[in-house]
Amino acid sequence: MTEPTVHKQVKSIVFGVLSPKLIKKMASAKVVTPELYDKEGYPVDGGLMDIRLGVIDPGLTCKTCGSKLKECPGHFGYIELARPIIHYNFITLALALLKSTCRECGRVLIPKNKIDGYAKVLDDAEKEGGISARRAKIKSIITALKTANKCPWCKSRQQKFTLEKPTTVYENEKRLTPIEIRSRLEKVPDEDCTLFGINPVAFRPEWTVLTILPIPPVTMRPSITLESGERSEDDLTHKLGDIVRINQRLFENINAGAPEIIIEDLWDLLQYHVTTFFDNAVAQLPPARHRSGQPLKTIAARIKSKEGRIRHNLAGKRTNFSARTVISPDPMLDLDEIGVPTEVAMKLTFPEKVTEWNMEYLKKFVERGPKKYPGSNYLVRPDGKKKKITDETKEQVIEEIQPGYCVERHLMDGDIAIFNRQPSLHRMSMMCHRVRVLPNKTFRLNPAVCAPYNADFDGDEMNLHIPQTEEARAEAEVLMQVKTQLISPRYGLSIIGCIQDAISGCYLLTNELKLPRDKAVELLLAARETDFSTLPSKDVITGKEIFSVLLPKDFNFEGRSKGYTGNADEDKKNDTVVHIKNGKLISGIMDKANLGEGSGLMLRNLVKLYGEHRTIEILGKIFRLGIETLLRLGFSCGLHDTDLPQKSKDEINKMLSDAYKDVDALINSFNEGKLEAFPGRSVEETLELKILERLNDARNKTGLLVARDINKETATMIMANSGARGNPLNLAQMAGCVGQQALRGKRIEGGYFNRTLSYFKKGDLSPGSRGFIRNSFKGGLSPSEFFFGAMTGRDSLMDTALRTPKSGYLYRRLANAMQDVRVEYDKSVRDATGNLIQFNYGEDNLDVSKTEGGKINVQRIINSVTD
Amino acid sequence: MATTKFDVTKHIFVPKHIIISDREKNQLFKTYSITLRELPKIYSNDPAIKHLKTKAGDVVKIVRKSPTAGETVYYRGVINA
Repeated sequence: MTEPTVHKQVKSIVFGVLSPKLIKKMASAKVVTPELYDKEGYPVDGGLMDIRLGVIDPGLTCKTCGSKLKECPGHFGYIELARPIIHYNFITLALALLKSTCRECGRVLIPKNKIDGYAKVLDDAEKEGGISARRAKIKSIITALKTANKCPWCKSRQQKFTLEKPTTVYENEKRLTPIEIRSRLEKVPDEDCTLFGINPVAFRPEWTVLTILPIPPVTMRPSITLESGERSEDDLTHKLGDIVRINQRLFENINAGAPEIIIEDLWDLLQYHVTTFFDNAVAQLPPARHRSGQPLKTIAARIKSKEGRIRHNLAGKRTNFSARTVISPDPMLDLDEIGVPTEVAMKLTFPEKVTEWNMEYLKKFVERGPKKYPGSNYLVRPDGKKKKITDETKEQVIEEIQPGYCVERHLMDGDIAIFNRQPSLHRMSMMCHRVRVLPNKTFRLNPAVCAPYNADFDGDEMNLHIPQTEEARAEAEVLMQVKTQLISPRYGLSIIGCIQDAISGCYLLTNELKLPRDKAVELLLAARETDFSTLPSKDVITGKEIFSVLLPKDFNFEGRSKGYTGNADEDKKNDTVVHIKNGKLISGIMDKANLGEGSGLMLRNLVKLYGEHRTIEILGKIFRLGIETLLRLGFSCGLHDTDLPQKSKDEINKMLSDAYKDVDALINSFNEGKLEAFPGRSVEETLELKILERLNDARNKTGLLVARDINKETATMIMANSGARGNPLNLAQMAGCVGQQALRGKRIEGGYFNRTLSYFKKGDLSPGSRGFIRNSFKGGLSPSEFFFGAMTGRDSLMDTALRTPKSGYLYRRLANAMQDVRVEYDKSVRDATGNLIQFNYGEDNLDVSKTEGGKINVQRIINSVTD
Repeated sequence: MATTKFDVTKHIFVPKHIIISDREKNQLFKTYSITLRELPKIYSNDPAIKHLKTKAGDVVKIVRKSPTAGETVYYRGVINA
């Protein structure tokens, strides 16, 4: 391709403010009347909808450029203000200039001999710290000049200025009119402007006071016609109407020689309208409203904040070829597949180019049309024109089709799609999947990829995007495939692993399960393993041997299971030392510590040794193996899982009673004044601490007791032990004792006078009255216990509800502050301007995604080289 | 000044600050191909380097403890307060 010719090159940009002259020059109409349309509904000449300002009605032509609707870009107009008006956004600048220049001669309040010195200081500041340093310096000079009370040029006395927000300036209690302000600013000579960082060619100080107001073109404030035929004008047009009306009245009053008070009132009103025209959210002004009471959306509101032009339209664009629906799990899909409803697949398309070789194939898609899957929706001609395919037009389209055309065919199995769940906090929130078109109306995904998306199935929705070119597809596959995202750049371990049933299943399989050969083969086949060469030729095969079939033949690994203690005998008894030699699982149970997301090095090592493609295949098989095992064994938990023998129930009861007695004794000694305070604590605090300690101890002991006496063979225990779901604490709360409910780290304190509930005595400090739940969930809670449970429950609900938006905003600020920071080739961290942030990335120069959990195992590397 | 005042440089959270020589300074600028402007800044009256009597244009070397690398070196350019 040849380089496009450069016609004009941008050398520099000058920023300035529109001068009255320029406003007049660029305007194509003068607006003199607030009327919009005449009786025929035709725009009035000199009105706000004047057709010289552009056209928004079909059929009309613009008087300025002669083009029709959609071609005419719109043109500015102007109105002559009867009296000058201060521009709200420049009031601070205007005030600063008033304060630091002479009221008589307009010169800066700096003696002649010092001016060059100040100029030099500013230049030096810019040289050292850039433009921001210069601005800071200018600011400090202006503040210093406020105190000067005598002009060094003409020796006249200076007065004090005060600003009454938003736009009224007082000089020693006397109000300055915009006319006076403008004439003062006119006196400031050009050479003094430069000192304030103002380029006098593009920005004369007096232009901050408006004498002429530009009227934006109608195209940026189009009116809409309602169904009833009534016209509804844009908010900006309404506001401009107010301005023009008041301006006309002001003109008439001045010409009629009305009293000064009336003129001043109208002048203030005009100032209000112009200010709210720019910004309708000025703190001191009541916002201008519609008749219905809702505030008008004026210029600042169009640009600012989340719904404004920048964040809504420029930073946040919308996209075609995307879909969104509820998600649900399907473990029979591959990890990098995504189930797409047929309905969605018939709306989303991929443009396939017609060539000699696929013409017949594509013609079949056209033949099926848009209503039969897999069909096609559009035909794109070589000139880019699109033709919709319908049942009526399809014969005609088939005739027309030839190489160079493009058929937008329905989505099919194997197509590439990008899948996403908000909030997209890390790169794994958007991954590339292969499409599987399935019946029903939800997106289906393998539950193992829930972790990177942080998805669950309680009603979550997700988005799907279809790349529309071969290049985009290739890029998505190379950069975003699920398998390329296996290792988290946050901690260097696999974020995709087995969850829930897959973990309990593998746990049961590798923990002393034996199967006859035919059942074992059946199981492996169900997990889609087809290579049985490593399956031992025995009649009875152990679970470990079945699991080993999935592993690569030369894989060696040593690790630990979840229950690892470090005690050699105990570990041997519990089988918690994982040892894999030449692809055979010799010892150890496969549980969350090895198969789970973000834990253990087994998955990490598989990726390192056999690559991500092989790993994801193995992981998928392990996942299915676990699920199929569970399916064959049956796995149910029930209420009886939490049953305890009567003996242990008595024991727990006694333990809690003992604790209650101890607490009573503590309270008694406190009441008698015998309790000794801890250093730095009051006696009351000491009592609280001691009670809390004693009760926690009792609860922990019941937990241990439950763990000791409960039936270990139940599904509930298996889930807890394998790490699939739940923990011993949950179990203890169900079977033993729920324990202390705490608010802000303390026992629940009185909401009534000196008591938590009116059911208790005043000043009661006993465990039961301060939120200790003695019963178990299964045994049932007493009414007061239930209420305490509800208190902490509500508290944590509030906490999450308040924390989510806060942390979201914190993240936004962080991301915006660091968006241009990157790691350079010399491993230093720098921002876009070249400033050094860090000399060595992370201080250790490590790319976390290339490490094993943030560390590099040097010993193993040495071993692998020396062996 | 009162000699009994708390000396921040003795606190365990304050890492070692050292002024580096002109030769080291030029070497640093060369290895990273930067000027003083790109360097992180520190005020000459920062409590941690007040006792060093630095002037604008000096570069301080800071040796910190690091959770990832054990010990790490950082440089900051001195500017006037």
